[in-house]
Amino acid sequence: MSVLVNKDTKVLVQGMGKTGRFHTDKAIAYGTDMVGAVHPSRAGQVEQFTGETDHSGVQDRPDTYDVTIPIFRTVREAVEVTGANATVVYVPPPFAADAIMEAAEARVPLIITITEGIPVGDMVVTKRYLDGKHVRLVGPNCPGVITPQECKIGIMPGYIHTPGRIGVVSRSGTLTYEAVHQLTLNRLGQTTAIGIGGDPVNGTNFVDALGMFNDDPETEGVIMIGEIGGTAEEEAAAWIKANMAKPVASFIAGTSAPAGKRMGHAGAIISGGKGTAEAKIEALEGAGVVMAPTPTDMGSAMLEALSAS
Amino acid sequence: MKIHEYQAKALMRARGIPVPEGIMATTVDEAVGAVRMLIESTGNPVVVVKSQIHAGGRGKGRFKERPDVGGVSVVLDGIDGGVEAAETKVRELASAMLGSTLVTIQTGEEGKVVKRLYIEQGIDIATELYMSVLLDRSASRNIVMASQEGGTEIEVVASETPDKIIKEEIDPAFGLADFQARRVAYGLGFEGDAFKNGVRFLKTLTAFAADMDTDLVEINPLVVTTDGIVMALDGKVAFEANALYRHPEVLELRDESEEDPAELEAKEFGLSFISLDGSIGCMVNGAGLAMATMDIIKYVGGEPANFLDVGGGAEKDQIAAAFKIITEDPNVKGIFVNIFGGIMQCDIIAGGVVAAVEEVGLEVPLVVRLEGTNVELGKQIIDDSDLNVVSATDMKDGAAKIVELTT
Repeated sequence: MSVLVNKDTKVLVQGMGKTGRFHTDKAIAYGTDMVGAVHPSRAGQVEQFTGETDHSGVQDRPDTYDVTIPIFRTVREAVEVTGANATVVYVPPPFAADAIMEAAEARVPLIITITEGIPVGDMVVTKRYLDGKHVRLVGPNCPGVITPQECKIGIMPGYIHTPGRIGVVSRSGTLTYEAVHQLTLNRLGQTTAIGIGGDPVNGTNFVDALGMFNDDPETEGVIMIGEIGGTAEEEAAAWIKANMAKPVASFIAGTSAPAGKRMGHAGAIISGGKGTAEAKIEALEGAGVVMAPTPTDMGSAMLEALSAS
Repeated sequence: MKIHEYQAKALMRARGIPVPEGIMATTVDEAVGAVRMLIESTGNPVVVVKSQIHAGGRGKGRFKERPDVGGVSVVLDGIDGGVEAAETKVRELASAMLGSTLVTIQTGEEGKVVKRLYIEQGIDIATELYMSVLLDRSASRNIVMASQEGGTEIEVVASETPDKIIKEEIDPAFGLADFQARRVAYGLGFEGDAFKNGVRFLKTLTAFAADMDTDLVEINPLVVTTDGIVMALDGKVAFEANALYRHPEVLELRDESEEDPAELEAKEFGLSFISLDGSIGCMVNGAGLAMATMDIIKYVGGEPANFLDVGGGAEKDQIAAAFKIITEDPNVKGIFVNIFGGIMQCDIIAGGVVAAVEEVGLEVPLVVRLEGTNVELGKQIIDDSDLNVVSATDMKDGAAKIVELTT
């Protein structure tokens, strides 16, 4: 088991430009079932992918791959023809919100948005549009979602992952890689790693991800990586205290960040005294979460949380 | 992106949001010239001289060169002495303020040099209130926030008397509904003309915020005049960076002299950079990791000199630019490069670091921590170079090493 994605996930790509093509190739090499693309100006064409298999991904495959992906005009057409049940959005920021809404309208159940720099106002409208559509948005401004050796959707390096027992959920890409790497080294491995993204308005939040991991029989513990800005970590702490049956370890970035400055991510800003790392750490500790004092200690914090439970 | 008060008010005025009459001045003569125009066109003998800088707390701020002069001065001399007396006072104030350094609660001790003044008509105020439109991240929507405690910082009201804050969530599909605007107006105690004007003000202000893609619109104080007009006596507007591409008229309002020169230079090279006060320069890939690198430097007893995210696809030129920007800071006593190679390969980064150091030169210790894709190749490139570089096994080790080397 795992959450969100597995070997049965059939993936569409929205935005088959340079970035979309590059990461589609990596995903195919990993063994992800990429079934089609949506790119209105290139509809009717196909995209060809050949190369050497990434054997850290889906097991027992030939050493090379040769995959042809059809390009469609609309998401609806692409879903009808391919039976896709997930989509990954690489569409540039001015058009990304529309791409998400198109996927939602076509009822693609999982919409993973990698694009960084989508206007906040567009995301506010998009989230309103998603109300009642029964689809899940992950991101935007995130590395994606991976279930090791089953399905990789997004821009993360596949080979650092190993199948295992821990769920990872994070607002930061590179800190996710740090955590995953440590979980691979200490042999805990990962069930699924979810990047929820660094934007102030996103689809899936910590509480959603924690809930999925809590319900997943294979996940034995969760690493949650937060950062300054907003109150998503505080809300997660309250949820953990009330509902979480599994141990949680956490790291919060930004204890040294000055107030009022946006630290790279659009959502990483302390404003009006709200969103400090201290408040988040205090809330999580109060919920029984084991805090890693530095990112280097995330793996050992998880071990500690597991042995304490 | 921040803009000046006079620019914010011009945008609001164009939208039909009541603001006082005012004229921006960059010289003493312009400031003096504005006085007669304002007094004659408004009939009010009072004018206000307001420093224009990108920081709040101007009213309580003081000038370094002239501690007796505040960042905002109300000129009452015109009441008894007529236009000439007001002009004399404004000449004196403008001479003291222009070119001087204003220190406020938000500028830090170094303060900001005042290059522009806004000369504004006096207003006969009945009540002072607070209103803002901003994103509620938990709700994923903009909200209107209002309070009767005008002039006080909203954070203070929120922590001391949270029940005095009125909030309404704005549905992006419909905007602020009439009943919501009325609810806020009742909460603010508006009556008669002020009630009607207040409802209109709320509807216009929230539509302005949505159409202009603002990060924040803050009116503090919002005033009701003795004539029942609801007016923005102050106005702070900040724009959401990702949406600026569709507001070219807003981009023209950018005042780069208010921004950090190192941050501007970094932006040209596609780097995300923020200056800090410490002595250890950081170069990192990824925003979260860059923040955590600052944290870990502090954790082991050092102080970071900057936040720097070179991004996911940094080229050699960007790395060279990053080194140059870091080493230009005279406070920097050492540099810590912390890379987790994913799509970005460690050997490419290592090659970039070596080339950059050879080009820019290096007079301070350098610690490099590489992990991830092609890490062995990357370490080899660093080892094979003649550079005086210390390798680190992990992030904590690297932070400890650079702190040790610089103390």
